[in-house]
Amino acid sequence: MIYDALIAPFTEFEFMRRALAAVIALALGGAPIGVFLMLRRMSLVGDAMAHAILPGAAIGFLLSGLNLFAMTTGGLIAGFTVAILAGMVSRSTGLKEDASLATFYLVSLALGVTIVSIKGTNIDLLHVLFGNILAMDDPTLLVIASNATITLLVLAVIYRPLVIESVDPLFLRTVSRAGAPSHLAFLALVVINLVNGFQALGTLLAVGLMILPAGIARFWSRDITGMICIAVASAILSGYAGLVLSFETKVPSGPAIILTAAVLYVGSVLFGSVGGLFRQMFPGRHLEA
Amino acid sequence: MAAQIKFSDVTLGYDRHPAVHHLDGEVASGALLAVIGPNGAGKSTLFRGLVGILKPLAGSIATGGLDVKDIAYLPQTVDIDRSFPISVYDFVGTGLWRSTGFFGGMGKGAREKIAHALAAVGLNGFENRPIGTLSGGQMQRMLFARVLLQDARLIVLDEPFNAIDARTSADLLDLVRRWHAEKRTVLAALHDMELVRANFPETLLLARGPVAWGSTAEVLTAENLLEARRMCEAFDDSAPACAVDDLPSRAA
Repeated sequence: MIYDALIAPFTEFEFMRRALAAVIALALGGAPIGVFLMLRRMSLVGDAMAHAILPGAAIGFLLSGLNLFAMTTGGLIAGFTVAILAGMVSRSTGLKEDASLATFYLVSLALGVTIVSIKGTNIDLLHVLFGNILAMDDPTLLVIASNATITLLVLAVIYRPLVIESVDPLFLRTVSRAGAPSHLAFLALVVINLVNGFQALGTLLAVGLMILPAGIARFWSRDITGMICIAVASAILSGYAGLVLSFETKVPSGPAIILTAAVLYVGSVLFGSVGGLFRQMFPGRHLEA
Repeated sequence: MAAQIKFSDVTLGYDRHPAVHHLDGEVASGALLAVIGPNGAGKSTLFRGLVGILKPLAGSIATGGLDVKDIAYLPQTVDIDRSFPISVYDFVGTGLWRSTGFFGGMGKGAREKIAHALAAVGLNGFENRPIGTLSGGQMQRMLFARVLLQDARLIVLDEPFNAIDARTSADLLDLVRRWHAEKRTVLAALHDMELVRANFPETLLLARGPVAWGSTAEVLTAENLLEARRMCEAFDDSAPACAVDDLPSRAA
């Protein structure tokens, strides 16, 4: 019975195995990025970026179909264009960066939806907006896996400056010039992982598998290594449980994954060992020293 | 003693308004220099220019071929994200950036250095504490430990003893003396005249322009301090361009 529900879908159907592989790859790459987004107070920037890269990904999609490589390239171009334009406007006019970013990502999103709906079919639009993790072919799976690999490698390279820049940006500026390049590399990783999530979760939910696990991790660990491990684990768990849920109930797979993560998140808010509500209500007797 | 820092007619400021105006002078290698002056006198601005965060509006600052890594800078309003989950040990360890860089491992030697630095500032036992749990004084001790590890030729401390209790500032002052004994060049912005008189052989009294610069006893006179206090803090939005900047040689 339990076997039927939890394991059989994956042993019986190849598309489920592919979906599981994809979700694990997404979790490995996206969750650590999400932790950094959260710690740098950029969670909503991630969301805005997900919308901003839509036109680029859409053009890539229209030129070469659901080819993740083309979509990634287009997404990177669109993402950087929006990030740089927003930065330039805020620097030259004094408008706050979040306000100009909001403007640009909305324009970008409108542009993206327009491109997809003029040139593609409604099915295409639905596909881009909501993804379809149950239709993974070999090339797509390979691109997702290599994007996750690239993410982990680049993250390893920029890890130290990224951490220092998050804690004490002024210090990094006085000892090294690695701050700006590593910030840009980090933004590129954000875009890569967002596009990576397109196929599986769609543009609207792609950021979910990055941000929710990070939020969960914050309630269980006080140090960044622990947070990253917990974030990856909870992303994989949500992916797996979401797929099972989707298989059993016909809930679409993308939302099922994110909803599972949301359940874990609520549980963490309530029972988390670091700042969870229960801990706050019943902290135990104060210590002697 | 050779000059470590040479200010050549430096003007530093924001939006064309000078905060440090036409400063000339040299700091000898190994000097222990106090920079004093009222709030808004340009002490922090001078330091920001010195460590290369702020570009001079005019003139130049030469640091005798020091690389950025040879300068340790402790800013006044430390914009450290105290909620970031990093331990005191790891944070202090970033002071070793110079030798470790992006990838360098933390070997036994590095770990010993960190342990020594933490002991030197009296933070033994704090290794695994997240930085967010430190008090103001402990935070300042931790930042001094990082400066210690940076092993820099030039150390720039911007109001290091503000809001710090007597015992902590005495401990930290010992470190400053130690750096001086090790022939490092140390600049510190300070407000406590007694402390300056007792510990700093050389003083620069700044009030946008230099009021006096020399041995501490000669600089800290009643007239000099009074003159420094007369400085007007507000920028004048309708001020004309500074005539001294329009020397024929530069106008071309």
